[in-house]
Amino acid sequence: MSFTWTDEKTEQVIGNLLRAGVVLSAIVVLAGGILYLAHHGRTHADYHVFKGQPEALRDVPGIASGAMKLDSRSIIQFGLLLLIITPIARVAFSAVSFALEKDRMYVVVSLIVLAVLIYGLAGS
Amino acid sequence: MNAAEFTFVVWVASFLAGLLGALTGLGGAAILVPVLTLWFHVHIHYAAGAALVSVIATSSGAAAAYVKEGYTNIRIGMFLEIATTIGAVVGAYLATKTPVEGIAIILAVVLLYSGYVSGRAQPEHPEGIRPDPIAVTLRMPGSYPTPEGLRWYQVSAVKTGFGLMFGAGTLSGLLGIGSGAVKVLALDQAMKLPFKVSTTTSNFMIGVTAAASAGVYLHRGYIDPSLAMPVMLGVVAGSFLGAKLLARAKTQWLRRVFAVVIIVMAIELIFNALTGRL
Repeated sequence: MSFTWTDEKTEQVIGNLLRAGVVLSAIVVLAGGILYLAHHGRTHADYHVFKGQPEALRDVPGIASGAMKLDSRSIIQFGLLLLIITPIARVAFSAVSFALEKDRMYVVVSLIVLAVLIYGLAGS
Repeated sequence: MNAAEFTFVVWVASFLAGLLGALTGLGGAAILVPVLTLWFHVHIHYAAGAALVSVIATSSGAAAAYVKEGYTNIRIGMFLEIATTIGAVVGAYLATKTPVEGIAIILAVVLLYSGYVSGRAQPEHPEGIRPDPIAVTLRMPGSYPTPEGLRWYQVSAVKTGFGLMFGAGTLSGLLGIGSGAVKVLALDQAMKLPFKVSTTTSNFMIGVTAAASAGVYLHRGYIDPSLAMPVMLGVVAGSFLGAKLLARAKTQWLRRVFAVVIIVMAIELIFNALTGRL
């Protein structure tokens, strides 16, 4: 059986991947949001002064462990993290699909973009 | 206002921004940052964080549809994403060093430019362009579907496009917006792509660009979950409805209205920045 990977197939998979990422993220954010409003709906909302977020809401391990403890703001942040990861997963998939097409130049291009994205999320 | 009321009002505003953004093709985030700072008195860092997250959502949602229709040029998008993502990380760092008033004024200038661009008519398919040899080496020329079948196009000025994309990425990271207007400038004015290819490829790149700076924003504590929640959910719902209505809506009229709103916002931002009210 012959197997050829084409740009059209790549386009279909990328389309599905992006849609799934957005839907999944919106569901998690909504669930966290309902929990947040149930617990903190009557507190005062003020975002006028920039204080920055607590450390636990700033990196992947902190957000994941907060979400495991069912802390509402951590669950929302986890949903937002899924959203940030969606385009990163898309770039990783592009690297794989260019490799399947034996397009070395664009494998390199995709990996450079992936490296910048991972630096932004993990390294900074 | 308590948190429940605040969440509801911000959701409605974000829904409207997403709806108008999808109907006009300008994206909702550019207008969300001034709406949040001017009307809801949100600090510009939190506003940028919430807007940036919703940029990823709308870009990914719309790109899912466009990519399948075959308008998006994935090679051009990937190649230029090198410039936009590096620019975005640089921009996100600059955001931590730039005074709030400076950010507001730069945002106002970008808004004025976006308003101006949206008022102009665009040719569907540019004619008589000089193909760039670099574009051929990079396998960039492509085709897109038209009612008369597939139509082929050439690509020019790759270096200029790459440079402009670095600028677009920097603005995106600095301001928390998609900076689609600057991306379209690079793609259709410099590289001479057909209108539908440049708008869909620009949209395709916006999500990846925003993801690059979102990582930096997250570490710096700019992304507040309880604020980003109604913003993201509102923009997603609004832009989903907008995409459904797009075929029937009178977009030319809407674009003019949106352009006026953007220009008013920009002037208000400059005024508030200069009088120290941010």
